[in-house]
Amino acid sequence: MNNTPLQVSRGSRASVTAMFIGLIILAILIAAPWWAGRADMRLMGELFLYLSLASLWNLMAGYAGLVSVGQQAYVGFGGYVLFALTIFAGVHPAVALLGAGVLAALVAIPVATLVFRLRGAYFAIGTWVVAEVFRLSFAQVSSLGGGSGTSLPTSVIKSMASGRQAREWMSYWMALALAVVVITSVFFFLRSRKGLALSAIRDNELAAASLGINIWRTKFLVYVVTAALTAMVGALIFLQKLRISPDAAFSVNDWTAFVIFIVVIGGIGSLEGPIIGTLVFFALRETLADLGTVYLIALGSVAIVVMLKAPQGLWGIIRARWDLQLFPLGYRVHPPSVKK
Amino acid sequence: MTDVLRLENLSKAFGAVIVADQLSFAVATGEAVGVIGPNGAGKTSMFNLITGTLRPDSGHVHFNGRNITATDAAQRSRSGMARSFQVPQPFSGLTVFENAMVAATQAAGLRGHKAEQHCLSILEQTELLNKANVMAGGLTLLERKRLELTRALCARPHLLLLDEIAGGLTDAECGSLINTIKSIHRNGVTIIWIEHVVHALLAVVDRLLVINFGQKIAEGNPQAIMQSPQVQEIYLGIDADA
Repeated sequence: MNNTPLQVSRGSRASVTAMFIGLIILAILIAAPWWAGRADMRLMGELFLYLSLASLWNLMAGYAGLVSVGQQAYVGFGGYVLFALTIFAGVHPAVALLGAGVLAALVAIPVATLVFRLRGAYFAIGTWVVAEVFRLSFAQVSSLGGGSGTSLPTSVIKSMASGRQAREWMSYWMALALAVVVITSVFFFLRSRKGLALSAIRDNELAAASLGINIWRTKFLVYVVTAALTAMVGALIFLQKLRISPDAAFSVNDWTAFVIFIVVIGGIGSLEGPIIGTLVFFALRETLADLGTVYLIALGSVAIVVMLKAPQGLWGIIRARWDLQLFPLGYRVHPPSVKK
Repeated sequence: MTDVLRLENLSKAFGAVIVADQLSFAVATGEAVGVIGPNGAGKTSMFNLITGTLRPDSGHVHFNGRNITATDAAQRSRSGMARSFQVPQPFSGLTVFENAMVAATQAAGLRGHKAEQHCLSILEQTELLNKANVMAGGLTLLERKRLELTRALCARPHLLLLDEIAGGLTDAECGSLINTIKSIHRNGVTIIWIEHVVHALLAVVDRLLVINFGQKIAEGNPQAIMQSPQVQEIYLGIDADA
């Protein structure tokens, strides 16, 4: 059986190059406080948070087939948990961030068993309803400001770092770190045995089930892990905003519609897609946002054109043309002599 | 000889349409059984009931001496049952090799280097090795059918269920498929094969089962079954359709 001369490898020259360039970019980004202005750092911090949300939504919708329009439930939940833990329990914001993730995972377990009874469009609407229930519930908590929301007390803000500049650096690095954590976790998950099962589910559930894959359990795992990480992103978003209200925390536009836009134009069902999508989204936003309504019309038009002309997104075009894969998820069979 | 598979009074209906009607039969270890019957007779539904894609209304399925009626398709696959689909169901966004790896890692529970070597040797056997790095979505119908067989074999099954795998092949291709299936059978894999290409079936199977309207209407020696007037009538009917 072992006399076949072929070998199997997982990387490619492109993926090694990509990793090298990625590490250089990461080093430059870590050093941003020394070369970027305050406004630029704030913008990049926001970009990292959207990149995290998009990568997570892509894992859920693009791989597990769970098209949720209710991820704002966990963004808002994370934000509120951070506020509650820091204000009432006096917990350090960094610890509260982890707490938001753990609590969101616990909440996601019963929510998953409930919404997993629904399929397709019904699932999408179901998740939205759950997010609305979250919003209405948090609006009832008067100690967190009820419907009008609350601000983070100065004592909590000061506990992060002494000066304003140190605080801004800190929140920038936290956003960058979280994006790196999210993307590497998604990457290693997809590269694992479970990840191969998830890719199979993405392509064909009937065949996946016939090849020993427990579809429900795989999706459940993805849903719960995504909820935890999404809540951590949410906690960080509102730690930066310093203020939270039910409408901002559970906004379907800000935390789901824009995220879907990013994933769809970038390329759903690939790791590279959300990265490209986030860059395109921020480029459009920074150049067009002053135009008001026209900006949203432009976003909508771009989405429609991409969906019609390139259903696999911008990354889909690139991949089809150059057979490129920046993240080495796949397997390549080759004779030993060709081994890179 | 022990039975690998035993169906007991299996019944399933979709409203007024009966796809399995008190279906009972057993398959012994190492046997190769052919299944024939007209279109819509309930052959594929029988496979769906055996593999757990469909739940029966009544009756039982026993596999390797265990009653598996209550288990789902994934559990049955992991316990050593594999099938090829009549309409190919590739993982189109994965390469041929990755398709094989899904079966080897998820159904057969192999890991790492062992899984990779297993897939390579099966791909060689099914003559898909030169397509290993091709996306499954870009394969021709013929290659897709071969991929079905490849995936089923990568799952390292005790029981292999083949659903119309020879349909649409040229004589030469059919000949090489027959050889492949024969060698799989020689390696001790029990086979149940649904096929309209009767000469391919007769080259491999030890026993023939005839299904119509969800019922078993004949069972036994392939030559004898094919001679029987009942089967001749059904098959002349099919020839007229085709």
